[in-house]
Amino acid sequence: MSKKMIVSAVALALLATNAFAGGHCASGKTLEKGKFTIATGNPAYFPWVMDDAPESGQGFEAAVGYAVAKEMGFAKEDVVWVRSSFDEAIQPGVKNFDVNMQQYSITDERDQVVDFSVPYYTAPMAVLVGASATGTAATIEALKNLKWGAVGSTTAVQKIANSVKPNNAPLLYADNADVNAAITANQIDAAMFDLPTALFLSAVMIEGSKVIGQFPSSESDDADQFGMLMEEGNPLKSCVDTALNSITKSGILASIEAQWLQDTTGVPLIK
Amino acid sequence: MLKLELRNVVKRFGENTVCNGISLGVEQGQMVCLIGASGAGKSTVLRCINLLEPIEDGEIFLDEEDISIPGLNPQNVRSKIGMVFQNFNLFPHMTAFENAILAPKRIRGLSKVDLNAEIEMLFERFELTERMHNYPDQLSGGQQQRVAIVRALAMKPEVMLFDEITSALDPQLVGEVLDVLLQLKAQGMTMVLATHEMQFARQAADKICFLKDGKVVEEGTAKEIFNTPKQAETKAFLERALK
Amino acid sequence: MPKYKAAGMTRRELYEHQQRRRSLIIAGISTICVVVTIIFLVPLAPGWEKVQKSFFNGAVLTKTFPKLLDAFRVNIMIFAWSAPAIAILGLMIALARDAKSPALFPLRIFGAAFTDIFRGVPVILTVYLIGFGIPGLGLPRPWNSPFIWGSLALILTYSAYVAEIFRAGIDSVHPSQRSAALSLGLSERQVMKDVILPQAIRNVVPSQMNMLIALQKDVSLLSFIGPVEIFRQAGVYKSLFANFTPYVGAAIIFLIVTIPATRYADYLMARQMRERR
Repeated sequence: MSKKMIVSAVALALLATNAFAGGHCASGKTLEKGKFTIATGNPAYFPWVMDDAPESGQGFEAAVGYAVAKEMGFAKEDVVWVRSSFDEAIQPGVKNFDVNMQQYSITDERDQVVDFSVPYYTAPMAVLVGASATGTAATIEALKNLKWGAVGSTTAVQKIANSVKPNNAPLLYADNADVNAAITANQIDAAMFDLPTALFLSAVMIEGSKVIGQFPSSESDDADQFGMLMEEGNPLKSCVDTALNSITKSGILASIEAQWLQDTTGVPLIK
Repeated sequence: MLKLELRNVVKRFGENTVCNGISLGVEQGQMVCLIGASGAGKSTVLRCINLLEPIEDGEIFLDEEDISIPGLNPQNVRSKIGMVFQNFNLFPHMTAFENAILAPKRIRGLSKVDLNAEIEMLFERFELTERMHNYPDQLSGGQQQRVAIVRALAMKPEVMLFDEITSALDPQLVGEVLDVLLQLKAQGMTMVLATHEMQFARQAADKICFLKDGKVVEEGTAKEIFNTPKQAETKAFLERALK
Repeated sequence: MPKYKAAGMTRRELYEHQQRRRSLIIAGISTICVVVTIIFLVPLAPGWEKVQKSFFNGAVLTKTFPKLLDAFRVNIMIFAWSAPAIAILGLMIALARDAKSPALFPLRIFGAAFTDIFRGVPVILTVYLIGFGIPGLGLPRPWNSPFIWGSLALILTYSAYVAEIFRAGIDSVHPSQRSAALSLGLSERQVMKDVILPQAIRNVVPSQMNMLIALQKDVSLLSFIGPVEIFRQAGVYKSLFANFTPYVGAAIIFLIVTIPATRYADYLMARQMRERR
C-alpha cells in the first residue's frame, strides 16, 4: 500500500518537474496560468470523445488533446475541459478556451477569422444512406438521384453542392441527431459526414443504415482536415503546432488514430 | 278572436322575477301601449312575445295557437312578429338596403328581382329612398330607427313590437319616428309598444296597460287610463310622468 | 399692431406655432446627440473592430445577400400556404368552441383541448414532434416531407392562437346584434354567418395582422427539420465564413418585410381605437 503511494508520489513529482520544464513555450500564453483549457462539443460524440467524458482521455480527440498537452509540458490534471458551440468558438471577444477541438474543418474563409493549428486528422467525406437506399451504387451518377441531407454548419454542405450536385436541393439540420431523425423518418436517403462519424452513426445509431462510399483523398483540395481552433492571433499557436508536429513525427498520433478510429479501408471509393 | 294573447306569463332572471303573471290581449289592428316605470317589465314582455326570452310559466298565443311551447322552433313565430329596438340595432357592416333585404332573402324565397322591387317600395313609402345605400353610421338617429322599422316590415310581419323606439333619439327626431307608427296604424298593423311617450300613447293607443313590478296593474282605453285611473298606483305614476 | 396679426394668425395659432417649433428643435438636438454618441462612442469600445469584422462585414454581406434573398423565397412559400390554412382552421376551432348543439359537444371539448395544448407547447417542440414524429410512422414519400408536417405544426399552433382571437372578436359583437338578427327570423347559423362573423372578423383584423407577422418570423423554425430557408442558409454561410454577418443580412431581409407590416397593423389598430371612441 505505502509502496504504491510512494510510487505515485514520485510519478507526480516527475510529471510536475516535466511540466515546469516543458511549460516554457506555453507559459503565460494560456487562459489560466499553468492550465491548458480545451473546448469540446456539447455533447461530444463517439468516436471523438467516449461517453461524453473527455476527462477520461478516451476517444480520439480526448486522447489527442492529452497527447498535445503532454508534449507542451502540461500534466494530465492541468488539462481543463470546457464545452462550447461553434458559434461561441467564432464570436468576437474573449474565449473561454485555449484550443477548441470538435472536428473543425480548416478552410480559408474560417482561417481569416480564427486561427487553426496544423491538422491532426484528415477525414475523407463519406456517404451514409438509410435502409431504403442501401442498394445505391457508389458512383456520383447514382448519388445525384438521392435526397440529401447534412448538418448545416459543416463542410459537408459544400461537398454535396460541389461534388455530388444532387438533382434535389438538400435538407440541412442543426446537428447529427436531427440528421438521424430525418434518415429514420425516411425524409432523406443520404447524408454526408466525415468518415469516422458516418461509420459510428451507421454502426450504432441508425438501424439498417450503411456507409456506401467515401470520397477519394486525391480530391484533397476539399478534403476535410481537422485542426484545433484558436482565437485569431493566439500566441499559443506555434506551441500547439510544434507539439502536433512532434507527436505526428513520433508516431503517437498514428497510434491514437489506430486505437480510436476504425479501419476505414473497407469503405469503397466513390467513382 | 284575439290576434295575440298572453296568459299568466312568468319570466325570471335568476332570483329576479321580471314578469309575475302577465295577461294581455291584443286584437287584430289594435295598437296597445305598455306604460310604466323603467324596470316594470315592459321590454321583457316584448322580448318574451318574440321568443327572445323563454318563459318560465304561462302561455302566449298567436292566432290562438300556443307559441310558447318549450322546444318549439322560434323561427316561424319570429318571422310573423317584427321587432324594433331602442338602440336601432342595425347591422353596421351593411347598408340600409342590405339590412332590410337580408332576412327576406334568406327566408322568404322570392326571386331577387321581385324582392328588390318590394324592398325599394318600402324605402320609398317611408321616404328613405335617398338613404337606401348609406351605412348606418351615415344616418341620423331618426333615419336609423326608420330603417330598422323598414327592416322589420320587410319580413311582412303580422304583428309589430316596438321597444322604447324613441328613447335614444334627440327630441327633434322623435316626431318622424312616431309619424311612421301612425302611418302603420292607419294601414291596420297590429302593434304592441313599450313607451315613455305619454302624449303619443294618449292620442294614438287603442288600449293602454300600466305595468308595475312585473304585473298589469290596470288596463283600459287611453281615456280611461289618463282621465279616470282606478288604481292609486296608476294615478301616482301618471302624475309624475305627465309633469 | 400685434405680432400675430401681422403674421395673419390668431393669438392661439401663433402660440401653437411657437410651441411646435420649440419642440421640433428640442427633438432634433436630442436625436443628434444620441446618434453622435452612438457613432463616436461605440467604435471606441475595445472590441469594436472585431465585432464589426464579424457582424458587419461588407464583403461577406455582398457575397451572401442574394443567396439569402433566394432562401427567403422558401419562407414566403411556407407562409403563403400556411396563413390561409390557419385562418380557416382557427375560425373553425373558434366556432366549434361556441357550438351549442349537444351533438357537437365532442367538437367543443376538442376545441378547448386543442387550444390548450397548442398554445401551451413551444412552437419549436411542436415542429420537432410533428415534423419528425409523424413521418417516422412510415409514410411514403412525398407525404413524409418536412415541408408538409412542419407547416402543419405551424398551422396547428397558430390556429390555436388565432381561434382565441376570433372568439374574442365574436364576444366583442354586442348581444343586441344577435337579438335583432334573431327577431327577424334568421336561424342561429344565419345570424352567425351574416351578422356576427363579419363584424367579429373586422374587429380582430389588427390583432390577426400581428399574428401574421409573428408567423412570418416563426416560419424559420422549420429550418430545424430540414428545409433550407433563410435562417438555415444564413447559418450555413456563418459556418462557411466563420462570420455572423449573414445573420445580420437575414435580419435585414426580415425587417424589410415586417416593418411595413407592423406599421400597417399599428395603423389599423389606431384607426379602430378612433372609431370606437
